[in-house]
Amino acid sequence: MMINDKNSQKIVDIIQNYARKHSLWILAYGTGCGAIEIPPTMTSRYDAERLGVRGAATPRQADVLLITGYLTTKTLKRVIRVYEQMQDPKYVIGFGSCTINGGMYWDSYNTIKALDRYLPVDVFINGCMPRPEAVLAGFAKLQELIQAGKADGARKYKENLEWYRANQKKVIPNWRMPEYNW
Amino acid sequence: MQEILQYTWGALVSFVVAFTVGITYMGLNRKITARVQNRIGPPWYQNFFDVLKLGSKETSIHHGVMQHMGPAFIMVTAVMSLLIIPILNDNRFFPNLNFHGDLVFLLYIMVFGPLGMALGAGQTGNPNSAIGVTRGLSQMVGFEIPWVMALVALMIQYKTTSIVDLMNLQAETGRWLMFTSPFAFLAAVLAMLGMFRYAPFDIVGAPQELASGPMSENGGKYLFVMMSAGSVFAFAKLTLYVDLFMGGANNLIILVVKTFILYLIPMLYGIVSPRYRTEQAIRYFWGWPSLFGLLAILQAVFL
Ligand code: SF4
Repeated sequence: MMINDKNSQKIVDIIQNYARKHSLWILAYGTGCGAIEIPPTMTSRYDAERLGVRGAATPRQADVLLITGYLTTKTLKRVIRVYEQMQDPKYVIGFGSCTINGGMYWDSYNTIKALDRYLPVDVFINGCMPRPEAVLAGFAKLQELIQAGKADGARKYKENLEWYRANQKKVIPNWRMPEYNW
Repeated sequence: MQEILQYTWGALVSFVVAFTVGITYMGLNRKITARVQNRIGPPWYQNFFDVLKLGSKETSIHHGVMQHMGPAFIMVTAVMSLLIIPILNDNRFFPNLNFHGDLVFLLYIMVFGPLGMALGAGQTGNPNSAIGVTRGLSQMVGFEIPWVMALVALMIQYKTTSIVDLMNLQAETGRWLMFTSPFAFLAAVLAMLGMFRYAPFDIVGAPQELASGPMSENGGKYLFVMMSAGSVFAFAKLTLYVDLFMGGANNLIILVVKTFILYLIPMLYGIVSPRYRTEQAIRYFWGWPSLFGLLAILQAVFL
């Protein structure tokens, strides 16, 4: 078949990645204080819609999960459910120092420190809190990765599900969820 | 055989035209909205990217058969109305399946899609969908009344239930029905605000309030089908308005100009409006638009 031949698949990939990169529907899950930088990013001053970035209403319709800041263990549980309900291809952006190393919550008793132990993060945006310029730079980086076909967090998540699950269960004591939600 | 091939070809061409024009209009809508809000906004072809991306997403949602059928119903409705509504004045390039009485048929078929979608949304079990569906059906009860009144007025006044007859009539007399039955036109245009579901009548899919309502469980390919069906249907409706009230169009450029002018009405009305509540929306449609509908019928009967 023509379709299964490697080269035509490559062309299809390039076209699809081009479309994906220019149409990022974000689910801004306002977990921490950093969420306050999302409205200026979306509205007239910085206008992320120029880049095709647009809010999605539900996880089912979203492509990018934007985790804006610290995650308490309680929120982490919801975030995992949200992430697993999203449809492939999906990306995660960790937003703010809190998602990288705990930020100023590094010794807090109920927040997680490194987000990428629990969810596969494609792009980190550092800063506490990152300015809209930094957020836009993060989106640009994600677009670059998508075009190169390197934003494959979702695949990693599926392949290393046990590892992620073990980490998640370590911090979520009352794990009452289906084993996977997709 | 020749005829069947011709009709199939006509259907395909009409679909492609409707899809392209419809999607472009939606993109222009986003652009114009952005400009009004003092933003730069996405490029006008942004919606092509969105559609392509949605179509290439993987989908692993399963809530039952009706959920998969819901978007298909919308598509069927859109394509069916597109095939019945004459696109241009002379049917050479876009042969379609209009017949005597198609206006009555259209009245029925245009509510078929939302009803199918309602069943589909019901099966997802998402509470937001259920609320969205009740809101959508209530709103439909609202705007269907002036819309039906307007069409009935046309049927009484010109003693025909065929779109093509109405178009020929306008071509013969050279006067648009917009001017000979102004009340019907007003009622129909006000009903159109509800049909397009832009603000202030976006109570069905209110993204901030209902998480997009009936389609909240539908991502990826479902949304792809819905979005393409929505744009085809938008084009079909606008074409119907042009056919009925604005004398049809002799070529595609005139059609695009006329439909875009019509499309500006719900778009611009929407940009500057906040959202109504359900009962406010229904009260709106049962107020002035219905009065205009009534006047149109009176005019048709007594003048
Ligand atoms: S990185 Fe700073 S701004 Fe962001 S959530 Fe953490 S403390 Fe708040």
